[in-house]
Amino acid sequence: MTNPVIALKQATVTVGQNTDILKQVDLDIYPGDFITILGTNGAGKSTLFNSISGDLTLSSGQILHHDRDITQVPAVKRTRFIARVFQDPKMGTAPRMTVAENLLLAEKRGQRRTLRNRHLTANKLAQYYDMTKQMGNNLEDRLQTAAGALSGGQRQALSFLMSIQVKPELLLLDEHTAALDPKTAAQLLHATNQQVTENQLTALMITHNLKDALQYGNRLLILNAGKIVLDVRDEAKKALTEQEALSYFVN
Amino acid sequence: MSIVVSSIAQGLLWAVLGLALYLTFRILNFADLTVEGSFPLGAATAVALIAHGTNPYLATLAAIAIGALAGLVTGLLYTKGKIPVLLAGILVMTACLSINLRIMGAANISLLNQETIFSASFLQDLPKYFDGVVVGLIILTVLISTLIWFLQTELGQAFIATGDNAKMAAAFGIKTDQMTIMGLMVSNALIAFGGAVIAQNNGFADINMGIGIVVIALASIIIGEVCFGELSLNQRLVAIVVGSIIYRLVLLAVLQLGFSTNDLNLISSIILAIAMILPQARHYLKLDGILSRGGNAHD
Repeated sequence: MTNPVIALKQATVTVGQNTDILKQVDLDIYPGDFITILGTNGAGKSTLFNSISGDLTLSSGQILHHDRDITQVPAVKRTRFIARVFQDPKMGTAPRMTVAENLLLAEKRGQRRTLRNRHLTANKLAQYYDMTKQMGNNLEDRLQTAAGALSGGQRQALSFLMSIQVKPELLLLDEHTAALDPKTAAQLLHATNQQVTENQLTALMITHNLKDALQYGNRLLILNAGKIVLDVRDEAKKALTEQEALSYFVN
Repeated sequence: MSIVVSSIAQGLLWAVLGLALYLTFRILNFADLTVEGSFPLGAATAVALIAHGTNPYLATLAAIAIGALAGLVTGLLYTKGKIPVLLAGILVMTACLSINLRIMGAANISLLNQETIFSASFLQDLPKYFDGVVVGLIILTVLISTLIWFLQTELGQAFIATGDNAKMAAAFGIKTDQMTIMGLMVSNALIAFGGAVIAQNNGFADINMGIGIVVIALASIIIGEVCFGELSLNQRLVAIVVGSIIYRLVLLAVLQLGFSTNDLNLISSIILAIAMILPQARHYLKLDGILSRGGNAHD
C-alpha cells in the first residue's frame, strides 16, 4: 500500500488535569480512503478532527503529512491541504457575500491573497453554474444571492462545494448533514458520495447515522472514550452488520 | 446661501471619517473607538508640523502614518493581546490624549498665516467655502475609487470575508488577525487624514476636537443606509457621502432654530439615535408604505 496522506502517531489530547479526550490514537489515512466515523457524544470525534485540522494542538504524539511532522503547523497553514465542512450551515460560508463570491474565495484556499482583481468573470460564473447544478438543489439559480439568504441545505451544499473546489488532500466532513431535514440530508449525502468518488477524494466523515456509516465509504472507524475501537475496510466493512457495529458502543 | 455651501463642504470633508469607520464598523463588524484618538492625533501631527514650517502635504502624509500606527496598536492589543476590541480602542484613544498634548505642546495651535493644502493657487479664485467643496470632492473621488478597487481584489475579498465569518475565513487559509490589523490601520490612517484635512480647513487643531467623532462618522453611515436601503457595496460608499452631507444640513437647520454650538454633541447623538431607531419604528408603525425602504444592516 502507498504511504499515508495523514498519519497520527500516539496522538493524545489532554484537557484540564488528567482527562484525555484522545488517547494515544494511531491512524493512517491512505489516498482515496473515504472513512466514515461513528461514536457517541464525547467519544473524541470532534477532537480528532480538530487535531487533524490544527485547531487543537496535540498534548503528545505526532501528526504526519506525507511523513513530514506537522504537529506544530498552525491550522491556517494546514488549509493548503486540508479542507473542512462544519455541521452548522452558518459556519462554512460568508453570509453577506454572494454564492459566487464565496466560491471565488474558496478558489484560493491556503494560498496568498494579493492585490490582484478577483476576476469574477462571465466565464467563472458559467463554470460555477455547472458546478452548483450538480448539487441538484437549484443552487445554480442563486449565484448572485447572499449566502445568508439560502436555505440550510443549499448553504451546506455550497460549503461542501467550496471545500472541494481546490482539491484537498484530505477532506473533513464534520456531521455536515446533521442540521438538515432527512430528505435534504440524504440528498446532500448522495451528492457528497458522488463527488468524493468521482474526484477520488480522501475524506473523513463523522456521522451519527449508523446506516449512512455502513452504506458510504470504504472504511469505517468507531471511536469510544478517546480510542479507536474498530477500524475496518473494504470487505470487512461490507460484512459489518448494524448489530455488530452497535456492540462497540458499549463501554 | 454661503452657509449651505459651507455645510456641504463640511459634509464632504467629514465623509472621509464615515468611509474610514465603514471599514471597521460595517465590514469588520465592530465599533472601533480608537478613532476618537486618531482624529485629533492626525490634526495635531499635521498642524504642529505645518506650524514648524513643514510642507503641508508632507505634514498630511505624516498624519496618515501616525494614524495607521494608532490603528496598529489597537489591532495588536485586540488580536495578539486578546483585549476586547471596545476596550483596546478606549485604551489607545485615552493614550492619544497625552500624546496629542506632547505633539502640540499646548491645548490648541492656530494655523494663522501658514500655508495649508487649502492654499493651493487653483483654490484661491473660488467663492467662499467652495475650496472645501473642491478639496472634498477630489479627496472623495480618489478615496472611493481606491476603496472600490481594493474591495474587489483577492485581498479585499479576504478582508470582507474576515468580518463576515472569521471562522470560515480561517478555514480557507485567510490570516484573520492580519486582516483585522490591516483594517484598523487603514481605517485609523484615514481618520487621521480626515483630522489633518479638517484642522487645516478650520485653521487650528484643538485637543478636544476628537470628542463625538464616532457619533458623527456613524451618523453619515446610518443616515446613508436609512435613506437608500438595499445597495451594493460600491453604492454604499457613495451613500455615506450623501449621509454625511444630509447630517450637516440637518445640523445647520437645528442651529438655525436657535440652538447653540454647545448643544452640538447632544444634537449629533439625537440625530444618530433617530436614524438608528427609524428602521425599527417604521416596522412597528407600519410606515413602510409611506417612507421608502431601507435601513438594512446587511450588505
